[in-house]
Order: sequence, then C-alpha cells, then structure tokens
Amino acid sequence: MILVVDMNFKRDSLGVYEFVAPILAIAEEIENCVVRHYLEVTQEDIRNCNKIILSGTALKDNVTLSQPDKFEWMKDCGKSILGICAGMQTIGVVFGARLEKCWEIGMVQVSTLRANPLFSSSFKAYALHNYSVQLSPQFDALAESATCIQAIKHKRKEIYGVLFHPEVRNKEIIQRFVNAL
Amino acid sequence: MKLGVLFSGGKDSTLALHKAAEKEEVECLITLASENKESFMFHTPNISIATLQAEALGLPIIQKTTAGKPEAELKDLEEAIVQATKAFGIEGVVSGAVESVYQAERIQRICSRLDVWCFNPLWQRNQKALLEEILAQRFKVVISGVFAYPLDKSWLGKELNTELIGKLLKLEKTFGLSPSGEGGEIETTVLDAPLFKKKIEILDSEVDAKGNSGIFKIKQARLVAK
Repeated sequence: MILVVDMNFKRDSLGVYEFVAPILAIAEEIENCVVRHYLEVTQEDIRNCNKIILSGTALKDNVTLSQPDKFEWMKDCGKSILGICAGMQTIGVVFGARLEKCWEIGMVQVSTLRANPLFSSSFKAYALHNYSVQLSPQFDALAESATCIQAIKHKRKEIYGVLFHPEVRNKEIIQRFVNAL
Repeated sequence: MKLGVLFSGGKDSTLALHKAAEKEEVECLITLASENKESFMFHTPNISIATLQAEALGLPIIQKTTAGKPEAELKDLEEAIVQATKAFGIEGVVSGAVESVYQAERIQRICSRLDVWCFNPLWQRNQKALLEEILAQRFKVVISGVFAYPLDKSWLGKELNTELIGKLLKLEKTFGLSPSGEGGEIETTVLDAPLFKKKIEILDSEVDAKGNSGIFKIKQARLVAK
C-alpha cells in the first residue's frame, strides 16, 4: 500500500486534480494506494503503508511550509518517503533546512550529483516552484539544475525529495520509487 | 476562491470550467480570439460562439482579440487576466491544459507574475478517460477543426460520441494521432454541457476544408431551452 499525501492548502481542493491525481495514476498501476490530506494522516495510515509520496501543490500554495509540526511523523516512521516539489520543501523544513528563493517554471535541465535508485545522468524535467531547500547536514544533494538543488536524500533514512514534478515527463522516477525501494 | 476560466469554447476548457465550479466560485470567462490560425496558445475556430456559450452558462466574459504572434499574444492574455482581476475580483485562473508543457508553462508564468493562483484540473489526464468523461457528463461537442492526416472534411461538424471516440483511438494506434487533439489535430466546440442553462442550436454553418485541414464554421446559432 502506498500512502499518497495530498499537500494542497485544503482538503478536496481544486489542486488535487493537478497535483495528486497524476501521481496516483502512475503509482496505482503498480500498487494499491490510499490518499489522505496532510491534516488527516493518522498513525494507522502510516502503519498500514509500505511507502509514502508527498504531492506537490499550486505555485501560490505554501501552506505546509509553515506547519512542520503536522509532519513530525516523518522523523521516525521508518517508511520510504518521496516528497515532490512542496513535498520536498516540506521535508527540508521538517528536518530544519532553510528555504531559498528558486523560481523555475517549465522544463529544466537536471544533473545527477550522486548515484541513487531513482534517476541517473542528466535529464530534462518539469519545474514549478518558487523555492528550493538549502542543504542541511542530515541530507545529501542528489541533483541540481543551473539554479538550485533539485533532489535530496536523508543520509540515514530512505527519505527522498525531488523539486521537479516527475509525474509530468519523468514518470519512471515514481515507478522506481514504488517498485525498487 | 473567485476564479476566471481561460475559455476557448472547446471541450477541454469547458470541462475544466465544470471541475472548477465544483470546488470554487467561477466568476467569469476569459477568451482570446487569435487572428493567427497557427497559434500554439489559442485554438479557436468558432471563438465567436464563446459569447453565446457564456450567455448559456450565465457567466460574464472578457474577450480580447490578439494578433496571435508568439509571446505578444501572451501579453494580450496577461492584460485580459488583469482586466478580470479588476472587473470581477478573481484570485486565480483555470486552464484546460492537458499535456502541453508549452501552454501550461506560459500560463503559469503569467499567473506567477500577476501573483494569482493557477489551476489546471485536466493536467496529465489520460486522453481516453478524458473523452469518456465528456460523454458521461453528457456534453454535446462537435468537431470544429481538423488539422492532421488522415483527418479530413468528413469529420467536420460531427458530434463526439462513442463511435467517433473509437475511431480516434484507432487513429492513435495507427498514426500516433492524439485522440483528444493535444497536438492540435482536432478542435472542438461545445454546444451543451451540464452547467449550460440553455443549449446552442446551430442555424447555419459551412465547412471550409482542403486536404487534411479544415474548419467547421458556425455562421449563425441561437440559444434554445434544454
């Protein structure tokens, strides 16, 4: 079971179609999924899933970034997590990283910095963000664009973040996360 | 949240409007009539019908004509969105973008500059599922433009139904055609949909086609009771 966490500003928002449904369409082809809004994630949801994907949000939606207390469960849940865009930014904030301005909209060139199970080499990806995260001591940078860090991984936990949206032109990254880790 | 819908009168923007109206308040339609038939941004064989569609929906419409030159047309779109924020207090924009990063990126950039929300409720939708949802919701949609081999004038003016979707899906397998017209292969015009308070009746039309390119031009139409 994959827990897909809806990171949009409110439950059942218009953003669900754009930022949750495309992830669900990819992950559900491989494994059963359950969707929960971030304010409604329970310990039971976390216990019952194998992996967790945190969705992105609309460009103007930064609500989760001011609510790291709602994601304390990330720190010791023991599950593989993939945070996408706002999901990655939230992972950063929860683990004490600072955000930095990084305005990218459209296809960007992403270069892999460190070998990992999700992607390799250089590739193009769809970006839609105002911020990236500054690297904190607990994280490694996995990839970068010309402007900012594009992917991170916790040094000791299976917690990944990608700033770009793999559900648009890099679906295999979500498939690998669901399949491989 | 008050929203304006970027509206071409075709199936995608009309479905996006319906999804937006389920969740938020749709205050107005925003329509750009492009004089450039080759525009990648605005596809509007029957854009003059948008006024009638707005009336059928009971929504005000902001219409702007653009010469349709790349990038300059984006300035025109930006001005139309600014006009909608001033006239109707919209806080965000909805588009019917499905697959086109070109379109989505440009709309997102404009919204970001204007500091308004941008929603694309059809983004990355499976095209077959999209067409089936349009039928399931009882949209009445006609093919109003064809722009790719092997489509020809025989498709123009035809109503979208299960049989036609089946044909489009076969062409996807054989020729790589995008069944919902994401590559600009087909354009559509919506004559009726659940939020239409009245439906559109075509009184006069003509087909203007050559080879694998042509339009179904609605010359005269009116609203009738549903």
